[in-house]
Amino acid sequence: MTSCPTISHAGIHCRDVTKDYGTGTSRVRALQGVTIDIQPGELTLLVGPSGCGKTTLISILAGTLDATSGDVDVLGVAMNELSKEAKSAFRAENVGFVFQQFNLLPALTAAENVAVPLVIRGFSRLDALRLAKQMLEAVGLGDRCDARPRELSGGQQQRVAIARALVHEPHLLVCDEPTSAVDAQTGHRVMELIRELALNPERVAVVVTHDARVYGFADRVITLEDGRVASDERKHASCP
Amino acid sequence: MYWIALKMLTGDRSKYWAIIFGITFACVLIAEQTAMFCGIMLRTTSQIRDIHDADIWVMNPNLRYIDDLKPIADTAFLRVRGVNGVAWAVNLYKGAAQAQLENGNYQSVILLGVDDATLVGSPRELILGKVGDLQLADSVLVDEAGFHYMWPGEPLRLGKTIEMNDHRAVIVGIFKASYTFATQPIIYTRFDRATLFVPATRRSLSFVLAKCAPGERPDVVAKRIRQQTRLQALTQNQFSWLTMSYYLERTGIPVNSGSTVLLGFIVGTAIAGQTFYLFTVENLRQFGALKAMGMSDRRIVRMIFVQAAVVGSIGYCLGVGLATALGLILQAIRPIMSFFLPWQVLVLTGGAVLVIVLLSSLLSIRRLLVLEPGMVFQ
Repeated sequence: MTSCPTISHAGIHCRDVTKDYGTGTSRVRALQGVTIDIQPGELTLLVGPSGCGKTTLISILAGTLDATSGDVDVLGVAMNELSKEAKSAFRAENVGFVFQQFNLLPALTAAENVAVPLVIRGFSRLDALRLAKQMLEAVGLGDRCDARPRELSGGQQQRVAIARALVHEPHLLVCDEPTSAVDAQTGHRVMELIRELALNPERVAVVVTHDARVYGFADRVITLEDGRVASDERKHASCP
Repeated sequence: MYWIALKMLTGDRSKYWAIIFGITFACVLIAEQTAMFCGIMLRTTSQIRDIHDADIWVMNPNLRYIDDLKPIADTAFLRVRGVNGVAWAVNLYKGAAQAQLENGNYQSVILLGVDDATLVGSPRELILGKVGDLQLADSVLVDEAGFHYMWPGEPLRLGKTIEMNDHRAVIVGIFKASYTFATQPIIYTRFDRATLFVPATRRSLSFVLAKCAPGERPDVVAKRIRQQTRLQALTQNQFSWLTMSYYLERTGIPVNSGSTVLLGFIVGTAIAGQTFYLFTVENLRQFGALKAMGMSDRRIVRMIFVQAAVVGSIGYCLGVGLATALGLILQAIRPIMSFFLPWQVLVLTGGAVLVIVLLSSLLSIRRLLVLEPGMVFQ
């Protein structure tokens, strides 16, 4: 496996980041010189209307997409300079993902799904499952370890996804619309859990959301419009 | 990591079994058809393989296969005996005769005449009677299948008579013989009597059977015989291949069997490849999530190969097993059916399966390698 670049806890720093899709006349500029700094130990929301570039930005921050230009420094690592393999290793080591559609593997049990990031990092199956069960206990699903995703409610699936995102103790937690596929009450509990996890001083947490009801959980809300930062509002967060 | 690949594979039961079905189907067709082809080819050489006593067959230089009857000079065996390294050499008559049964019907038979004194070349596995009885007047041996062919429904018994070329022949023995290509009854008798059972010709000697002296290699002695007698001299194996080569080149059997094998390969590849590809496409988000979580392309490729290897192995085992069972059952029902499954057929089928799973997995791998992990956010 490719060795992972050494990281620091310096948060995220983007300078004049642009991203173009397509070429020639069909070229679309999704990000137009985005400059932001995100500190560890706080919960940052990326919000904005559809097509504003927030998914593109979060993909670049998570290392799943390359910026067209600009500097992207994540946890002290210049992402632009990493090879494809090194980025994979960086993500495996440092990034936890919570996806909008959960993206749990339907053939695996909850515990096996949570164990996947550990297996990718090279843990044995037994060790990975042991740690995964502990993580499921931590998110309140200790009794559903052997359930398959289809046997779980939307909220339970999202909690499994959160457990999967955190089982390898990543320094960057990236959540894409974590409340969009669950009801309001479950969404509230999911955000409570994410906020609790984001307060770790060694962890950077970025959440992309459309859901205005969760703004209250954030320490900071960055609004994107037409690929630019339209506002950057710091809040005094408290659980609503 | 591989357990994740296997769980993903077996998680979708219908596709999992569809892929295995495709490979099994291809395997059955390839193995079954190839085994039947081998069985037919083997039958073309059954008369050569059933004569165990001789190391070398000496024949007309223009002869191209066992049933290509081209006589040689009656003194040829004397010339063969004179070649260094030959322990002994005897006459063998081979011809086609018309046997008239007691009910007046005629039946074409394969007539073999062995050396009068030694009876070298006679069948070894007699069900009724004994080879030595060929020394009795008018005596012949007939093969078991031939007996049933000429007297269907009757139990095996000695003493039945037939007529060939207006000469009476009495069955004094019934032997087991390998099925021949044309499935005609095989009749053994002494050389001098065999020449009476067919219309007279100027030359009557078909083959000379020779045995090598101890320590001599048959191929070396055969070469020596060729050089000294100008006759064609072949080891049993060489003669078998000469005969099979004739059927391979001059009949439509390889094309017919080959086209079925090719069809099985194409259909199997299409079913397995398409289902495997569909399986991958339907799991693109899951694979995308794995890539996003840091799984490298190399490991994804390995996962696909493991999945392909598993379905390939199961499909191969099921396919070869089914083909074997089917062949044995059909042979038990109709013993005349040719089925021969040598290890080479298993290797060939395995090679075809390998190509099928490689082609199937390459399609999927190509799709996954271009998959951007960022797609999971879209």
